Amino acid sequence: MHFPPMNRRHLLQGSAALALSCVGFAPVAHGATMPATPELAGEEITLRIGQTTIQIDGRPARAVAINGSVPGPTLRLRQGQKLRITVINELTEDTSLHWHGLELPFQMDGVPGVSFPGIPALGRFTYEFAITQHGTYWYHSHSGLQEMMGCYGSIVIEPAAADPAPPAHDHVMVLSDHSFVHPAGILRKLKVDPGHYARYPQTLAGLIAGRDQPLKTRLEFAQMRMDPADISDVTGKVFRYLINGRGMADNFTAPITPGAPTRLRFINAGSMTFFNVRIPDLAMKVIAADGQPMVPVEVDEFQMGPGETYDVIITPQDRAYTVAAEAMDRSGMARATLTPRPGLIAPVPPLRAPVRLTMRDMGMDMDMSHGSGSMDMSMRSQANAPDVKLGPGVDMIAPMPVDRTGDPGLGLDKIGHRVLTYRDLVAPEQNPDPRAPQREIEMHLTGSMDRYLWSFDGVTMSEAHHPVTWTTGERLRITLINDTMMGHPIHLHGHIFELMTGHGDRSPRKHTVIVQPGGKVSFDVTAIEGDWPMHCHLFLHMAMGMMRVVKVRGA
Amino acid sequence: MKMRYFLSLALALSATGLHAQETGTDQSPGSAPAPAPAHDRLADRYFDPAAMARAEAVMMNEHGNLTYSQFRADLAEVRVTGPDKGYHFEGEAWTGNVNRFVVATRGEGDFDSGAEKGRFKEGEVQALYARALGPWWNLRGGLRQDFGPGPQRTHAMLAIDGLSPYRFDIQGALFLSQRGELTGRIEAAVDERITRRLVLQPRGEVNFSVQDQPDRELGSGLTSIEVGARLRYEFTRQFAPYVGVLWTSSLGRTADYARAEGKSASSASLVLGVKLWM
Repeated sequence: MHFPPMNRRHLLQGSAALALSCVGFAPVAHGATMPATPELAGEEITLRIGQTTIQIDGRPARAVAINGSVPGPTLRLRQGQKLRITVINELTEDTSLHWHGLELPFQMDGVPGVSFPGIPALGRFTYEFAITQHGTYWYHSHSGLQEMMGCYGSIVIEPAAADPAPPAHDHVMVLSDHSFVHPAGILRKLKVDPGHYARYPQTLAGLIAGRDQPLKTRLEFAQMRMDPADISDVTGKVFRYLINGRGMADNFTAPITPGAPTRLRFINAGSMTFFNVRIPDLAMKVIAADGQPMVPVEVDEFQMGPGETYDVIITPQDRAYTVAAEAMDRSGMARATLTPRPGLIAPVPPLRAPVRLTMRDMGMDMDMSHGSGSMDMSMRSQANAPDVKLGPGVDMIAPMPVDRTGDPGLGLDKIGHRVLTYRDLVAPEQNPDPRAPQREIEMHLTGSMDRYLWSFDGVTMSEAHHPVTWTTGERLRITLINDTMMGHPIHLHGHIFELMTGHGDRSPRKHTVIVQPGGKVSFDVTAIEGDWPMHCHLFLHMAMGMMRVVKVRGA
Repeated sequence: MKMRYFLSLALALSATGLHAQETGTDQSPGSAPAPAPAHDRLADRYFDPAAMARAEAVMMNEHGNLTYSQFRADLAEVRVTGPDKGYHFEGEAWTGNVNRFVVATRGEGDFDSGAEKGRFKEGEVQALYARALGPWWNLRGGLRQDFGPGPQRTHAMLAIDGLSPYRFDIQGALFLSQRGELTGRIEAAVDERITRRLVLQPRGEVNFSVQDQPDRELGSGLTSIEVGARLRYEFTRQFAPYVGVLWTSSLGRTADYARAEGKSASSASLVLGVKLWM
């Protein structure tokens, strides 16, 4: 499956070539060989969660590992099988594992305080459920900020009926972000200095040199007390970006066969990072999103939020390729190499120009504002969101949020090649529940940039004593309106929903959806009994309170 | 524009009877009533309810209710030229989240002005509760105690601080002393980022007193004004040495008090300092 570990000479050659490609990453030579991500299969699995130290480009970093590995073992399962997973907690604090995207009884969902009491220090818990789906999923800790320290792994479920023509290779690509600083320290820095990790601020020098935005735009943003250069809260200033736990110089490498299709399963396990994924000189055929099959669509790049997964098929030629997963704000990159022979590498593309927000990202689509005389165009009007608690935690209500499912994501609208949008995704078969929704629920994603507060409807999880309540079996339309200038990947536990993108009963099915800044997204969902968290998958946004428990009860 | 026109046309058509052809998510939602909110914990059926209650309390608290704290020195500087050579500091420590407890302090001393050589001149410490009024503004209320060799008043104080449009940091405070004297102070500052690490901060302050206070050498009306510009270099966001220029002036009768003592009413100085937090 994997190549023999690279020897020191190969690594040095690789580093030299990397330096020549002018990305600005210092070559790091170190002798440590990195074991491949372990794999586990069968109906009985044991996972141990403990503290460890991992090496990122030769530098030690503290981590919370599963079976000693970051990412944790890949679980290779088959649709229809039963599964008993015993999780042993070797930490000195509570832990948990949540099976992200799996449809299972809610008490096996693994969220402390919602689905179960959690796994105490030195304790254990056995999860038991049947595997009903197939596709690419993942699992991660839902306790504290352990996910941010490496407590995640992938799940690959083969369909019950074996693929008659399997691809020549099938590789999991777990994208993540890791810091040499404890995540609680990162959160604290953001709390006391929200712009702490700003990587590419707009400057007066830039204005004079004619770079970045013109004065008029800067003043418009300053008038709103917003920073158009604030794309990501946490950036390459403190993160290293990883593929399968490997940094830029570690260079995770996987085999390909010229002319033969290879399946890549991308999982964004990043705690705070949207990734732009591309393989220069190679088209990617997207065949699944969030584990759900899609009508194949060929693209050159796609943006994925934390919590999302995409499966693509590539057909390489006889050469090496770089898998480039660039952080959305362009402050860093995760990189892997696909090669037909050990020792080959391909150029690493340089980081592209920093991204700036526009008025569209503030929920003010200037094009559409003409003739909207009755609309309240002010930036924080209760009239535009009657159910939002307009407190200190809400610095903006998007006056004109628009459906942005046809947008490729921040910074990817004018880059001259094909970028996936949600509207490109079409389910190959009729959706399992094509009923019209019986009612609609509007939820606002709210926040205050300068106070670093995040919430739904202006209310944090800690204040949300009025749970969202649905009825078992009812068909609902959930409309998420983003009243902030940041994208939020919203994940609903235990459900696969149909994203409203104009494809009727062939709507793409997902478990996590990015709501673009100043945008809105609707999905239809059939409620399954249980207590289910719904939250932003940017872990620090969730920690600040952008989370709800959805209580689904029998009629 | 054209696209939007067609879109609205399509919407209009769909509203006039093409309904039957809509499927799945293309359909409009109904208006079924929402169920009564559920307040039970379903997990209590499977796990010890007491353990679930504890875990739920921890979960709620961890998602939005933790407290943070910071110590920061906004100004810690020496004024190296002019008649008022000396030092000056302003800073605060806080703990909380949306609402905060704050201890703020400021003060100044002389280096070498004659008899007052090396003497601490005046200072104040404030103990405050800061309550968020909205996303940008806080109301601060509490006590201020003056210290140093001069008259020492205790004041009740009320202040508003926050971020104005165009990102000016503003603070306005009213102080009522135990003798019933009312004074006030308005401060404003703005950060202009010149390069990634170089930041220019113009800053101004105006003080006023409602009554004449001869022992504090304050006349009624505007008492003093201070205007400065400090250029800092952010080695990190937490440690930024600066150089700046400062012009201060006593006004009105306060200036008369100064002149009566043989001091000049206004002065300009070069300042060197550091802005830091931890």
